[in-house]
Amino acid sequence: MRSTIKSESLPVRGSGEVVSVRHLVRRWAVELGFTIVEQTKIVTAASELARNMVDYGRGGTMTIEALEEGPRKGLRLIFEDQGPGIPDIEMALRDGFTSGSGMGLGLGGARRLSNEFEIRSAPGEGTRVAITRWKGAA
Amino acid sequence: MERIPILKMGRFLLVSIQVDMDDRTAMSLQDDLTARIVKDRAKGVLIDISSLDVVDSFIGRMLANTAAMAHILDAETIVVGMQPSVAITLVELGLSLKGVRSALNVERGMELLRTIVQDDPEPDALDDQE
Repeated sequence: MRSTIKSESLPVRGSGEVVSVRHLVRRWAVELGFTIVEQTKIVTAASELARNMVDYGRGGTMTIEALEEGPRKGLRLIFEDQGPGIPDIEMALRDGFTSGSGMGLGLGGARRLSNEFEIRSAPGEGTRVAITRWKGAA
Repeated sequence: MERIPILKMGRFLLVSIQVDMDDRTAMSLQDDLTARIVKDRAKGVLIDISSLDVVDSFIGRMLANTAAMAHILDAETIVVGMQPSVAITLVELGLSLKGVRSALNVERGMELLRTIVQDDPEPDALDDQE
């Protein structure tokens, strides 16, 4: 059974708040005892997804949850915006695809840096991306 | 907004990024560096990122763009001090930073810069000839 130990939400409207997201995720990852590499991977994934919300989703909210499932501990991050949504998710996940000025590594990169990745989006309905990283997972 | 200081040392510019930069700070560092390369006639740029515990695609792109712009302006860029966890994450993210030269630390980076630009005359010497 997977249970949420605690959670916290943070509004993300501008690039300064992308930095706040990085700091919050780092703090929780340290608390959970993530290794330096695990910390860096989830903080980097968070940074990419938070920036996506600012650049393409007109800002949004990140929710961070500390998870427990049996003996394992993990972090789940949920990024939700009310922006224009993504018409073609498969295309958006492809490396190098960008509708803006970025490199198009954000979504695909965040997926590679996570153990679990979910995305839900439709034109006009915003975007919701959830990633999970478990302590001690590859 | 914070500004990252740029130090001049002979023909080289030195930057040590000590703060977690937001995107605007990163962009202004890129602009400031290219402007200073021209103004100071710098032949090399050394960027120390040993204090950065995260380099995401935006900061990675800024480093790659800065190196590319510097190259067009006839200056070499060396990025030094990347933490191992940052290197592992960057590659997994899909950013290999091709075209960016790197060195383990500031000392080795300076040696590398000196080796690369050693055959070029000092800009001051050029001034004297004019």
